[in-house]
Amino acid sequence: MSRGPPAPARASAARPTSMTNRPPRTRIRLGTEPRSSRARRARLDLRTALVGSTVGHMDRIADVWGPRTPHGKGTVWPARVDEYLADGLSEDEVDRWVPSACVLCSNGCGCDIAVKDGRMVGVRGRATDVVNHGRLGPKGLYGSTPWASSPDRLTRPLVREAGQLVETDWDTAMGRVVEVSRRLLAEKGPLTHGFYSTGQLFAEEYYVLGVIGKAGLGTPHMDGNTRLCTATSAAAFKESFGADGQPGSYTDVEHCDALFLYGHNMAETQTVLWMRVLDRTRSPDPPVVVCVDPRRTPVAVEAERTGGVHLAPRVGTNLALMNGLTRELFANGWVDERWVRDHTLGVEELRGIVEPYTPEVVARTCGVDADDLRRAARIFGESRDVLSTVLQGFYQSHQATASAVAVHNLHLLRGLIGRPGSGVLQMNGQPTAQNNRECGADGDLPGFRNWENPRHVGELAELWNVDPLTIPHWAPPTHAMQIFGYAEEGSIGLLWVVGTNPAVSMPESARIRRILGGDQCFVVVQDLFLTETARLADVVLPAAGWGEKTGTFTNTNRVVHLSEKAVEPPGEARSDLEIFLMYADAMDFRDRDGAPLVPWREPEEVFDAWREASRGRPVDYTGLTYARLRGPTGIPWPVTEHAPDGTDRLYHDGVFPTRTDECETYGHDLLTGAVVTEQEHRAMRPDGRAFLKGAHHTPPHEEPGPEYPMLYTTGRTVYQFHTRTKTGRSPSLRAAAPDAWVELSEVDAARLGVSEGDVVRVESPRGAIEVRARVGRVRPGTVFAPFHYGSWDLDDADPEHQHRQANELTMTVWDPVSKQPYFKTAACRVVRVRGGDGPAPAPTTAASAPVGGGVPGTSGGAPTTTRLTDTPGYPDDPAVDAAGGTGGR
Amino acid sequence: MHLATYVGLAHRSERTLAESLRVVGEGHARHPDVLFTCRTLAGFSDDHVRQLEPVARRYGEQHGGDVEEPDRLHAAGLAEVRSGPVGLLRDLQDLHVLGTLVLTTWTVINQAAQGLRDHELLSIARSASGQTSRQLSWLNTRMKAAAPQALIVAP
Repeated sequence: MSRGPPAPARASAARPTSMTNRPPRTRIRLGTEPRSSRARRARLDLRTALVGSTVGHMDRIADVWGPRTPHGKGTVWPARVDEYLADGLSEDEVDRWVPSACVLCSNGCGCDIAVKDGRMVGVRGRATDVVNHGRLGPKGLYGSTPWASSPDRLTRPLVREAGQLVETDWDTAMGRVVEVSRRLLAEKGPLTHGFYSTGQLFAEEYYVLGVIGKAGLGTPHMDGNTRLCTATSAAAFKESFGADGQPGSYTDVEHCDALFLYGHNMAETQTVLWMRVLDRTRSPDPPVVVCVDPRRTPVAVEAERTGGVHLAPRVGTNLALMNGLTRELFANGWVDERWVRDHTLGVEELRGIVEPYTPEVVARTCGVDADDLRRAARIFGESRDVLSTVLQGFYQSHQATASAVAVHNLHLLRGLIGRPGSGVLQMNGQPTAQNNRECGADGDLPGFRNWENPRHVGELAELWNVDPLTIPHWAPPTHAMQIFGYAEEGSIGLLWVVGTNPAVSMPESARIRRILGGDQCFVVVQDLFLTETARLADVVLPAAGWGEKTGTFTNTNRVVHLSEKAVEPPGEARSDLEIFLMYADAMDFRDRDGAPLVPWREPEEVFDAWREASRGRPVDYTGLTYARLRGPTGIPWPVTEHAPDGTDRLYHDGVFPTRTDECETYGHDLLTGAVVTEQEHRAMRPDGRAFLKGAHHTPPHEEPGPEYPMLYTTGRTVYQFHTRTKTGRSPSLRAAAPDAWVELSEVDAARLGVSEGDVVRVESPRGAIEVRARVGRVRPGTVFAPFHYGSWDLDDADPEHQHRQANELTMTVWDPVSKQPYFKTAACRVVRVRGGDGPAPAPTTAASAPVGGGVPGTSGGAPTTTRLTDTPGYPDDPAVDAAGGTGGR
Repeated sequence: MHLATYVGLAHRSERTLAESLRVVGEGHARHPDVLFTCRTLAGFSDDHVRQLEPVARRYGEQHGGDVEEPDRLHAAGLAEVRSGPVGLLRDLQDLHVLGTLVLTTWTVINQAAQGLRDHELLSIARSASGQTSRQLSWLNTRMKAAAPQALIVAP
């Protein structure tokens, strides 16, 4: 077994035999002309480039998406291999390439980790991988490896002694955890234990954590920070289709005629998927793009370029907009009545709900132009194939689940689902969020099982050989915000935080700091670094990260990758799996027959156990093994006897997992979150039909008033990930977005007397920040703040006064169904504090671009290389089929 | 005709439910889902009170005190909330009792509307019953989720 794919320059000689050997597909076709001189130079490079040659040393801070490889509709996305090596190393100086996939967004790009002298020194995209066809984005290139050898890694456990965290050994640290755990279990039972995990671990680790919590301890209080990023995606799937599971595929990009992006600044959040889109929109036959976003993002610009529409609704009014679009489908006869009759339930109720949302009503509520709404609806109603993607602009905003479900409704009303080019991509925020949803370490049972279905719970009880009553299933597993509520009141006495930084990432930070730092709850933090959260813990456990351990994970469109261990973790740091096993051993969890409940030692053994747990469920892994995953590409589930090479898209037959005995949930009232009972569900006889569900728009929980006259919303920048634990330790990324800022519209800036770079104070009823202002492209009346910036890298940080942390201002409030906190609906006021000494530290390359001139462009990334290579055949790619290839199924 | 007695009862009990939902929501505002959902559900009851106006004009409305069948069970509503997790549970349970009174009131009105072949009243009664069921479903969902923690481990 060779470690990883061959170097791209030699790709055709050494391409794995399972891939189709085809003539080079790469064609350098130039679409609509880019305008900057840099882009012109890149074009010249492309024009003269030969397949297999280096396009050039690229600064991927300045050139976020790299050179275009435009191609026609229905043809395979050409391969392009991006690579970064630290310290000027060349490929032949690399000792080993270790196969993995990138974990710096939810896209899950296949890549190989470069190892030199036992250290990770860079990454290279895998040309053969179905997800990225060789590409990597700036975060993946620059941010994947530098953190690992950062001098401030945690290398020994810490315990709190006389108020201070001090180094200790594993026995002492784990001994303290076990002592508290045993005491609480003896005193009050398992409801005293809470786990708040992440979207960063591997499937094996989530599964073991799930078994420990659900069958070992028996606590329902397990959730992940996936609640903050992806809970609405899962909830919306369950409401519409009966179970979680991404219906669409990235290959839909090549086939769609229209592309709708709802609250999804894909250009910054999933840069490689955006490259895939750009390679279609810059071709001679581009799809029309429609963008729903309160900022003029690169997506909005592309919408205008392709003759589409940019709708910038007032923050908090997404559902009114969606109801308006839905009404237009009914009003203009764009509904496929027959398909709707055969494959859905609830059309008449939905028609009634959306009836009042005329374009004029929506225009008033959302602050958009009625004709723009009509135009967007017409594009949806009249395009042959439509792909929709959704992200945090919907998930973290008011009426999140109802709005995400409304996207499904549009597709269901036209029957646009399950065929190439027609699908939905409800995106994830994090690389392994999907696995937390699948494996049961968050608010779900493993294998998309229904906690209200005794047979589903019985299957798990049998698998784990425990009493079904051990597995808490009297109510939905406790969501993150409620877990913190219980920790606040002290009824959760042990809170174990794994691989996440709630002190920065959760809403209303001051409250979260109080909960974590208080005496009412014993806090364990397991992480790579001494994060803002770890500083408040009672015990800190040093963890190994990506590349320092082996495991699998699954990206947004269900593609499973195996990530192999490349190097040893530093000092005494241990993998999250080893840490969980250590706890399970110390607690001596047993099954019904007295055998160890958690018998596994190696990741592969756990994977095999998880695979059995997935058998027969929509998320079926039964055809996957580590050996299968060591091939040239990741594989999308379900992978079964019937689909041995995986499944590119779901629901091609229009049959959904809604049968009462099969579904993951009986559903909820989208307005209140009240559960639908089993009897009610059975009485509807869904029997494989999808649900059309609607709700009325209601005003957001906090609206601007005289005291706080503006709307406050938070989000990301292309160069940072989460609380910058990894990206903040990459010199190139750090320099590109070094500090916090807020964005104001030109109109508001003028009214407030604020110029580019001035220091402003932004206040909500809950807190304030003082940062520099970018006069930018946000909708008038709205303030945008990036949420990445805490205090771990500030020397003078006062823990009680976080002057740049966006969540100081946000509200403790969540969606009634998905329980996802709303980060994007608060009221605020802005006051100018003093003049600045230069422009705001906001990047200029994407949505944060300044309105005015005079701000130097963001650049200065270390050199990377980009090569055009032969484009291999990709398994299950419908474009291969269309061209008569043999690679697809 | 005694329908007026039930129109009065619906009016009174819906108003009591709306007021009590607001009291419970504000009183337990540290649970934001309770605060905001109670407000939304109170809005349902406000709507029903409004919808009753034309009915009351047509059939009249009799209130407790001067009617032939005076109230024996006094559902006075919640003027203040209890504290703590068990207090929340009890308050939600009281709301559920009030909601049940509202629901059965609409059931009775619905029956009369059928006998009268009164399409307008029938439509109001049906829609109000549906909305009241949603109120009860949420209360039930929230109580089920809160009960174990409140009864077993709350301080």
